[in-house]
Amino acid sequence: MNSVHVLAAGLLTTLQDAGRPGWRHLGVGSAGALDAWSHALANRIAGNTDDAATLEITLSGPVLRFDVATCIALCGARIDARVDAQAIPMARPVDLPAGTVLELGACHEGARTYLAVEGGFAVPEILGSKSTDLRGGFGGMRGRALAMGDVLPLASRATRAVAAVHAASWWIEQAPDDDPFPTIRILPGEAPDVIEALCDGPWRVDAASNRQGLRLQGHALTPDTARERISEPVFPGTVQLPPDGRPIVLLADAQTHGGYPRIAHAIRADWPKLAQLRPGDSLSFRSCTPAAARRALELQRQRFARLALAIEGRSRAC
Amino acid sequence: MNEREWRVEPLGEDALLLRFEQRLDPAINQRVHALAAAIESRRPAWLRELVPGFASLALGIDPNAVAAPDALQHARDWLRQGAFDAHEATEATLPLFEVPVCYGGEYGPDLEALAAHAGLSAHEAIARHAAGVYRVAMLGFAPGFPYLLGLDRGLAMPRLDTPRTRVAAGSVGIGGAQTGIYPRQGPGGWRIIGRTPLTLFDPARATPNLVAPGQQVRFVPIDADEFARLAAPRARRSRR
Repeated sequence: MNSVHVLAAGLLTTLQDAGRPGWRHLGVGSAGALDAWSHALANRIAGNTDDAATLEITLSGPVLRFDVATCIALCGARIDARVDAQAIPMARPVDLPAGTVLELGACHEGARTYLAVEGGFAVPEILGSKSTDLRGGFGGMRGRALAMGDVLPLASRATRAVAAVHAASWWIEQAPDDDPFPTIRILPGEAPDVIEALCDGPWRVDAASNRQGLRLQGHALTPDTARERISEPVFPGTVQLPPDGRPIVLLADAQTHGGYPRIAHAIRADWPKLAQLRPGDSLSFRSCTPAAARRALELQRQRFARLALAIEGRSRAC
Repeated sequence: MNEREWRVEPLGEDALLLRFEQRLDPAINQRVHALAAAIESRRPAWLRELVPGFASLALGIDPNAVAAPDALQHARDWLRQGAFDAHEATEATLPLFEVPVCYGGEYGPDLEALAAHAGLSAHEAIARHAAGVYRVAMLGFAPGFPYLLGLDRGLAMPRLDTPRTRVAAGSVGIGGAQTGIYPRQGPGGWRIIGRTPLTLFDPARATPNLVAPGQQVRFVPIDADEFARLAAPRARRSRR
């Protein structure tokens, strides 16, 4: 089978697809690409559907050898990528000949880069998804981050003739919006005065953040009540307030139940921005309405549809 | 009618949380599972997740499967029109599930401390734990981790001050007034009193979980030989 050999693993590289919905009643989180926008764009550029598995690269990337000629795409955080001395550009299809060693280095202006390979990765689906569930220890590559020596099977059986590394001359503007200082829109939770204080930012992303949640540092908030709460279901996007007053924004690997007060909920359209925040980055919150949240998501979908059309047109042209 | 028993709150853009009276009470939890069963029996296509908690039930909605622009309102209306009433709903009857447990020794390092805390002998503590019929209040914390309600009050004990970094798969623990089973090796702060050889959760199985939310569970004491005998198939599988 065609495959990709992992010569170095990078900081935290996992296989992710569109996620694993429908199993939270068994304690199984959704997993899936944190920045679903960049994941889907990379897939489209590589000629895949949105749900093919990509590599989610965190802060620092792996070194990969492709044993077959293929086409790849890199989207999300700008990453140092090279084959020998040649720099590999972002957000466009890049043909690689068989035997190519792709060296991925540091991520810049974002925390996560998505690498899509034509045809996707052929790891088995578990509970309907190829995504790595790091807490449950299943999915993706044996339920864990990539390790040196891993061999990732590719779904594509096609053998193409690629003589040399070739990057397309076109690329796409890949940002879901143009906000350099991210403002995350939230739907209010149960305590209005805490919301006011939450929106009275700025906040800084703590180094202890991970795929489960973004831990924030700033002026500590006062929880509305000190009483112990009974654990109840939570979802990605939920903003929890532990007793230390430092909010946690839950992400795709969120546990299914939580006992902290739920003070707000980050809207879906802003999840890609949350996924790209690095430790030390600043962010602020702004309150919005459910109607505004729906509108923001619809605008983002329209933007994606336009990009997808453009990609399709370009691919047909070459 | 129905909102007498629970309050509906939005949980972000595409989920609702039905909150019952916020008490850790087996009777309330039973209503949660009765309501879940009633909803499940008429499950609409847009219902992506139906997640029970101790005293709450979350409905995750796929907005793309709802024609109306406001998916949450649509779900609220559906609940109201369905006139779901947890007092009328009857639960799906699941058989009582028996969990074999080897108590104490290397399998239950905290059994002696727990017995001392309860003022019992280790033997009495085992007998009391195995005498109970428990309800799976919910699966959470980790895939397939059952939170069991119905622990003998005399066996309640606070969690460890410092959680262990490694608890073996199958470990049966007590955390406060609850008991539970760690499906997978990992960190944990509950008092470990025994271990089951059963694989409680395996995502590769057609039905990954052995026990379902709402199901009743009983512990059956076994000795180390029986543990080894029952664990053998699992060990063989994992070596393959």
